[in-house]
Amino acid sequence: MKIKTLADLKKIKAEVQEKIKLREQGENAGNIVQVKVAMATCGIASGAKETMSFIIEELDFRGIDAVVTQTGCMGYCYAEPTIEVTLPGKDPVVYGYVDREKARQIIDEYIVKGELVDGIIPVNYKTIDE
Amino acid sequence: MADYKMHILVCGGTGCRASQSDKIVETFKTELEMHGLDDEVKVVATGCFGFCEKGPIVKIIPDNTFYVQAGVVDVKDIVEEHIIKGRPLKRLLYHDPATKSQVTDTAHIDFYKKQVRIALRNCGFINPENIEEYIARDGYAALGSVLEMKPSEATQMVKDSGLRGRGGGGFPTGLKWEITAKEKSDQKYVVCNADEGDPGAFMDRSILEGDPHSVIEAMAICGYCIGAGKGLVYIRAEYPLAINRLKIALNQAREFGLLGNDILGSGFDFDIDIRYGAGAFVCGEETALIHSMEGYRGEPTVKPPFPSVSGYLGKPTNVNNVETFANIPVIFNKGVEWFKSIGTENSRGTKVFALAGKVNNVGLIEVPMGITLREVIFDIGGGIRGGKKFKAVQTGGPSGGCLTEQHLDTPIDYDNLIAVGSMMGSGGMIVMDEDDCMVSIAKFYLEFTLDESCGKCTPCRIGNKRLHEILVKITSGNGIEEDIERLRVLGNVIKETSLCGLGQTSPNPVLSTLDNFYDEYLAHVNDKKCPAGQCKDLVHYEINANACTGCTLCFRNCPVGAISGEKKMPHYIDQSLCIKCGVCFEKCRFKAISIV
Repeated sequence: MKIKTLADLKKIKAEVQEKIKLREQGENAGNIVQVKVAMATCGIASGAKETMSFIIEELDFRGIDAVVTQTGCMGYCYAEPTIEVTLPGKDPVVYGYVDREKARQIIDEYIVKGELVDGIIPVNYKTIDE
Repeated sequence: MADYKMHILVCGGTGCRASQSDKIVETFKTELEMHGLDDEVKVVATGCFGFCEKGPIVKIIPDNTFYVQAGVVDVKDIVEEHIIKGRPLKRLLYHDPATKSQVTDTAHIDFYKKQVRIALRNCGFINPENIEEYIARDGYAALGSVLEMKPSEATQMVKDSGLRGRGGGGFPTGLKWEITAKEKSDQKYVVCNADEGDPGAFMDRSILEGDPHSVIEAMAICGYCIGAGKGLVYIRAEYPLAINRLKIALNQAREFGLLGNDILGSGFDFDIDIRYGAGAFVCGEETALIHSMEGYRGEPTVKPPFPSVSGYLGKPTNVNNVETFANIPVIFNKGVEWFKSIGTENSRGTKVFALAGKVNNVGLIEVPMGITLREVIFDIGGGIRGGKKFKAVQTGGPSGGCLTEQHLDTPIDYDNLIAVGSMMGSGGMIVMDEDDCMVSIAKFYLEFTLDESCGKCTPCRIGNKRLHEILVKITSGNGIEEDIERLRVLGNVIKETSLCGLGQTSPNPVLSTLDNFYDEYLAHVNDKKCPAGQCKDLVHYEINANACTGCTLCFRNCPVGAISGEKKMPHYIDQSLCIKCGVCFEKCRFKAISIV
């Protein structure tokens, strides 16, 4: 798909934003859980790949409708692997030191029941849109 | 099953744990149980909020009330007033020093969010291997709008923004573009310097791994501004993941027509190639980098001519660092005035630092210029590991200098750091505590430059070698007081006479530790003592017979059998066998072993 003009670019931007919104909120709105796994060198070195595949398998096994994607470094290198979980209609929550055990706990308690669990990393920065 | 209506978040970062946040969690739990609320309210320990000076921090969800300096004694009141009656506790709210009002919601505590992410805006948000996610977050919109301007107008915007090179030197980026744009040539080049070599620095790697398109977009913008059709990324081969993601991103950009011929119907052609570096530190210097790309030895040459005039293959070449490029799209999307509103008069915007060393929250941070070292180390960094005392921080890597306690409140920007004898550098920030010997630290950095010196010019090749020899002499207990003066004289000569930036800055760690820790050098040469207990030749380990319980733990752990003694009787160390590895010191549970 070639983008030929600036107007094209804007159109595609609107389309992908729509697509992402749909993915996040879904047609069956309120059901899709979004998980981002920080997969930069620091994360991978601490076992982020294992964490990611465990989360994918476990959510699949339990039949939880979720999108698990990789992302870059969130900056919390001391607490790798880190993941960000967004429940439908809620603010994203970042968890640190997520090994298999921690991932299982997050799925059990946070994703399934909506209870926060120990080990949240509070967002401590402003974005360019704030 | 419990159905929680509220969550109480208690900061469990190291800073807050030092002020009993563990106990606060426990007290909350008992207090809630007493009121029969443990089924409705859940207590959760979190990581660091990055606001340690006001710790312990307690946050109530869902109403987002943010309490500062909450002690164990306040727990009862929080439960009875806030949780039960729904009335926030005024005395624990944060007082905004600017407006003198109380703030309840973290979003309104300006003070509290010390970081601003511009260069890292997409790192940790988007999937770096999917161009659509980048486009959804304004990706390539800046390129689109630049292509509708005149190149000179866009260059002027970069100039007006006050953006300075983030690779270390701090040269005004817009001015560099303008100089390259003015050169007349059939071909020009845009080079991205991704040869990140400072020990402990990984800002550029993270940007390329987390948001490669921001660099690609900025290089295309630069190409349009200076009249170049070709871009090159010089990246070290030790960054396989960054290279891989960059390749994926380049292919996607080509697929989408955002690289290649006639980009967005503007008639502008631009494409990017990758060149691999073999990991030589000196190749981060722009002339050495260009020679390396040309296939020659990575050695620097005298400037002028600057690369802007005669660079890659003798053509005008604009070299910028990864982080510098990552800032560019935001300047166009958010505007020059917005960008200028962040930072200080002469250093606009933010700087990414890789925080490492003896600090609790090791990681990547992005802070507005003008923030103090104290805020970076003690708030964002969560203070010194193990509750030890802060001693120094090295900024600017092997080319920078050590800053001490007296510099903690200096606002960080290009000019201030140079004024206090260090430099911004690429953004490595290594924190040291009371256990670090500053003479050894200077020796460590010099060993690095010694290894990395290309050997072309004499002051750097031989001077640094001699400088290193003197440091070895001092740390092994053979130094004399005159050696200290020789370090200073030689260091200054190397600085003044070396060919490139590597040699011109290599004595900085020595000179700055001499300035700030002169006493420590004196202790090494006059008293033959290492105050931090790090220089093996100057210390020995002794067992205090009164404190030793004869538990035999040291005896069992000594790798060379230098410790002897009967069970339940005081042990002793045979100094002729001891290799001063320090294992006994670490293992002893009775503090019976001391470094003398």
